Amino acid sequence: MSLENIRDDEVDIVIGALHSDLTTFMNEWKPMFCRFHLIIVKDPDLKEELRIPDGFNLNVYTKSDIDQVVGSSTSILFSGYSCRYFGYLVSQKRYIISMDDDCIPARDNKGFLVDAIAQHISNLSTPATPFFFNTLYDPFREGADFVRGYPFSLRSGVQCALSCGLWLNLADYDAPTQALKPEQRNSLYVDAVMTVPAAAMLPISGINVAFNREVLGPALIPALRLAGEGKLRWETMEDIWCGMCVKFVCDHLGLGVKTGLPYVWRNDRGNAIESLKKEWEGVKLMEEVVPFFQSVRLPASAATAEDCIVELAKVVKERLGAVDPVFTRAAGAMLDWVRLWKSVGSGASSLRA
Amino acid sequence: MAQPAVIAPPLKDELDIVIPTIRNLDFLEMWRPFFQHYHLIIVQDGDPSKTIKVPEGFDYELYNRNDINMILGPKASCISFKDSACRCFGYMVSKKKYIYTIDDDCFVAKDPTGKDINALEQHIRNLLTPSTPFFFNTLYDPYREGADFVRGYPFSLREGVPTAVSHGLWLNIPDYDAPTQLVKPLERNTRYVDAVMTVPKGTLFPMCGMNLGFNRELIGPAMYFGLMGDGQPIGRYDDMWAGWCMKVIADHLGLGVKSGLPYIWHSKASNPFVNLKKEYKGIYWQEELIPFFQSVSLPKDCTTVQKCYLELSKLVKAKLGKVDDYFLKLADAMVTWIEAWDELNPLEAKPAELSNGASK
Repeated sequence: MSLENIRDDEVDIVIGALHSDLTTFMNEWKPMFCRFHLIIVKDPDLKEELRIPDGFNLNVYTKSDIDQVVGSSTSILFSGYSCRYFGYLVSQKRYIISMDDDCIPARDNKGFLVDAIAQHISNLSTPATPFFFNTLYDPFREGADFVRGYPFSLRSGVQCALSCGLWLNLADYDAPTQALKPEQRNSLYVDAVMTVPAAAMLPISGINVAFNREVLGPALIPALRLAGEGKLRWETMEDIWCGMCVKFVCDHLGLGVKTGLPYVWRNDRGNAIESLKKEWEGVKLMEEVVPFFQSVRLPASAATAEDCIVELAKVVKERLGAVDPVFTRAAGAMLDWVRLWKSVGSGASSLRA
Repeated sequence: MAQPAVIAPPLKDELDIVIPTIRNLDFLEMWRPFFQHYHLIIVQDGDPSKTIKVPEGFDYELYNRNDINMILGPKASCISFKDSACRCFGYMVSKKKYIYTIDDDCFVAKDPTGKDINALEQHIRNLLTPSTPFFFNTLYDPYREGADFVRGYPFSLREGVPTAVSHGLWLNIPDYDAPTQLVKPLERNTRYVDAVMTVPKGTLFPMCGMNLGFNRELIGPAMYFGLMGDGQPIGRYDDMWAGWCMKVIADHLGLGVKSGLPYIWHSKASNPFVNLKKEYKGIYWQEELIPFFQSVSLPKDCTTVQKCYLELSKLVKAKLGKVDDYFLKLADAMVTWIEAWDELNPLEAKPAELSNGASK
C-alpha cells in the first residue's frame, strides 16, 4: 500500500468540552488547530455557557443538538467524555483527531512544541506493520527503515486506521495507581511510533487519538457505562472498552493501529483517591474482558467495521452479558450505535469535500 | 576525589560475556569499566593457528576451532565455521545463568545527556524484571522508575512473567539487510528511543545477535545460531533463525522477550555486496519461514526448552525440507545441538520446566 495523502479539509478535530471555559485550551492549540475544521461537543450535563475564543473554523454542538439528532432513539448517553462520540457521528470528514480539553501541546526532548495534529496525520497516512515487529519501530519514519530479517513481502504494510498518542505530566493511569503514587508524573518522552502487533491487546485511551472515520467510524462506540461513572477519566472505562473492540475489529479487517507519538501535556486534575470509589467496578470488569477477546472470533463474512460491531455485540451479550449486566447494556448500545451510524453517520461520511 | 563505596557489579558471578571474534579484541578496552569484573568466553572463529590477543586484566576462556572439535567431537558439525554463528558454542560451554553476547565492532554509546551507556547493566535490569507479553502497556516498561501500567491494564496481568531475552539496539550503523544497505548506504541511526518493551506473545521479530542478553537457564537450548558460513548456502540469518525458534518456544512456555534499551554504538558497516551474497537465499526463504513459525503449535507435553526444540526440529524437517535440502541438514543440526547441550550440561535436568500458569 502506498502513502495516503491527507488534505487539511479531510480532517475534523473533535473536542468534548467538559470545561465551559475553553479559552486557554484553544489558544494553546491555535497554531496547530487553525488550519482545520473543529467540532466542539458540549457535555450535555454542563450547565454553563461555553466560552470559545475567535479565530477558529468550528461548529459547536450542545445538548439540544444531541437531542434533536439522536433523540430518544438510543440508549447511548453522550455525557461526560462520551460527548465526543457525537462529534464523530456528525462529522463529514474522512479523518478525526480527538483530544480531551485538559490537554495542551507538549514539548519534545529538544524543547520544541509538539504538533500533535501533524503527527497523528503522519501516523494515519503511512502504513502500519502489524504482522511482524520492527525493532527500530516505525520503518516509515525519517532516518529509519526495516531491519535485517524483516520479510520483504510484509514491508508494504497495511492501512493505519487508528493512531494512539501518549501524555506527559498526568499520564493515563488508573485511580489505584495514581492514588498509590500521587506525585508521579510522566516525564519520559519516548521518541517512537510503532504498530501494535496483530492479536496483541492494549488499553486504548480516548484522551489523545486519531482515526480513519470512513473505515473505522462505526467501531468507535460509547458503549460501556459504569454504574458509578464520573466525569474524570479515572472514573470511566468507556474508551478502554471501545479500544478493545476497535483493536479487535482492526485485527479482523487487517487494519493497523499505531501507538507512541504524539505526546500531549495533560494538566493536573482531580483526586485519585476520590475517584477510586467510582472506578473500582471498571477495574474488575477488565478481568472478564481479556479472556473474552482472546477467544472470540468473528465470521469471515464480517467485512466492514459495521458488520464486525454487529457480530461482536451478539457475542458480548451472550457471553459477557451472563457475567455482568453492564455488558448486556453495552451490547445494546453497540447495536444502537450502528443503527445511528447508518442513519446519521454514514450519510455524512459519503460527503467528501 | 574520594572513591565511592564499592558495590559489587550485579550478577558478577552469574553472567558470562560471549564474544565471537576473528580479528582482535581491541574494542574491549572501551568496555573495560563495564566488563572488567565479568568472565568472558571468547569464541575464535576462522584460522585456529592465529593468536587472538585479549587485553590485560580480563578473566576469560578462549575456544578456537580445534577446541570446539576436541570438546564436541563429531557433534562439532552443528557449530558454524567462518561465521559469527559460532558464538553459540559459547552459550553451550558456559556454566552461568545469564549470557550477554556482543560483537567486536560494537562500542559504548552515549545517551542523549552525553553519558556513557552501561549496556550490560541495562540488559541485567531487563532480565531481572518481569515481561508483559499478554497485554501491551502503552507506556512501555511498567517496571521502570517513573513508569507504571496504564488505565485499563488488567490487574491480574501486572505481575508479568520471567524475562528470557533482552534484545538491545544500535546507534550509528543500523542492522539493515544488504538491499537496504545498498539503497541507503549513508543512513545512520541517530534516534535514541528511551524505552524497553515486551514483544507481545504471538508476535515474531528479527532478533539481532550484536547486543543480546538472555537467561541461559530459562531459554539457553533454544539459542542455537544454526548452520552458516563455510560450506553453507546462507549467512547472516543465524541470529534470525535463533530468534524465531526462541520466540515460539518462549511464547509456548510463557516467558517474556524484551526489546529496546540498551543501545550500543555499532561502528562497522559490513560490505553490502558480500552481505547480499550471504543473505540472498535467506531473503527468499524467509517468506516461507515466517508463515512456518507463525503457525507452529507445540504440544502441551513439551514442557522443557529441549523438548520444545526437538519438536521444532521435527517440524522443520517435515515442513521446510521441501523449501530446500538445507533445512533437512539444519533440522539434524538442531538435534545434534540439543544432544551436545545436554552432554555438556548434564545437571540441568531441572531444565526450564515452568508452570504454564501464566500462559493462555
